[in-house]
Amino acid sequence: MLITLSKDSIAITREQDVVPLRNRVKEVAVKIGMGLVNQTKLITAASELVRNMLRYAGTGNVLIEVVSRGRDTGVRLTFSDKGPGIADINLAMQDGYSTGKSLGLGLPGTKRLVNEFSIQSVVGQGTTVTILKWKNG
Amino acid sequence: MDKIPILRMGPFLLVTIQVDLYDRLALNLETDLVNMVHKTGARGVLIDISAVSIVDSFMGRILGNIASMTRVLDAETVVVGMQPAVAITLIELGLSLSGVYTALDVERGMALLQTKIGSDDELIDDDADHTE
Repeated sequence: MLITLSKDSIAITREQDVVPLRNRVKEVAVKIGMGLVNQTKLITAASELVRNMLRYAGTGNVLIEVVSRGRDTGVRLTFSDKGPGIADINLAMQDGYSTGKSLGLGLPGTKRLVNEFSIQSVVGQGTTVTILKWKNG
Repeated sequence: MDKIPILRMGPFLLVTIQVDLYDRLALNLETDLVNMVHKTGARGVLIDISAVSIVDSFMGRILGNIASMTRVLDAETVVVGMQPAVAITLIELGLSLSGVYTALDVERGMALLQTKIGSDDELIDDDADHTE
């Protein structure tokens, strides 16, 4: 069972907000004793997802949680926006696919950097992406 | 507006990224560097990212762009000082920075740029010999 130990939320409204978000995620990751490589992967994943949010939805919200399952502790991030949504999630998860001008590494690349990744999207209503990185994952 | 300083060192331009980059800042750096190469006729650009704790796909693309753009203007770009954790993350993300020269530190980066310019000069000499 997944237990939430602490919770914090950051609103994303403009490009510069990515910097405080990275810092906040780092703080939380350091606090639970996550190693440098895992921290870097988690922060990079967060950076990718925030960029997607800003590009496609304009604004959104990021929930930062410290969670535990059994003896594992980790950081879970939930990115929610009220943007246009993703019509074909399977397609969006393919390497190299992009409707924007990016390299198309965003979603599949992000998935490789974390332990758990889930995405829900409804066209016209928005997208929610949740990632989880275990301290020793 | 935040700006990343570009230093001139002989035929090279030196950039040390000391702050967390967001997209606009990275794009400005790209434009500033290309303009500086054009203005100064620099033969090489050295970008020190040893203080950068994360490079995501956008930043990676900017580094690749800078390398390609300066190459068109006859200047080579070397990225130096990448943190090991950043290297691991970049490759797992799927970004190999192909087309960008890298070196472990500033000293080796400078040496690499010197050889790039050196070999260019030799090539020009060779061509001159052939035409004579």
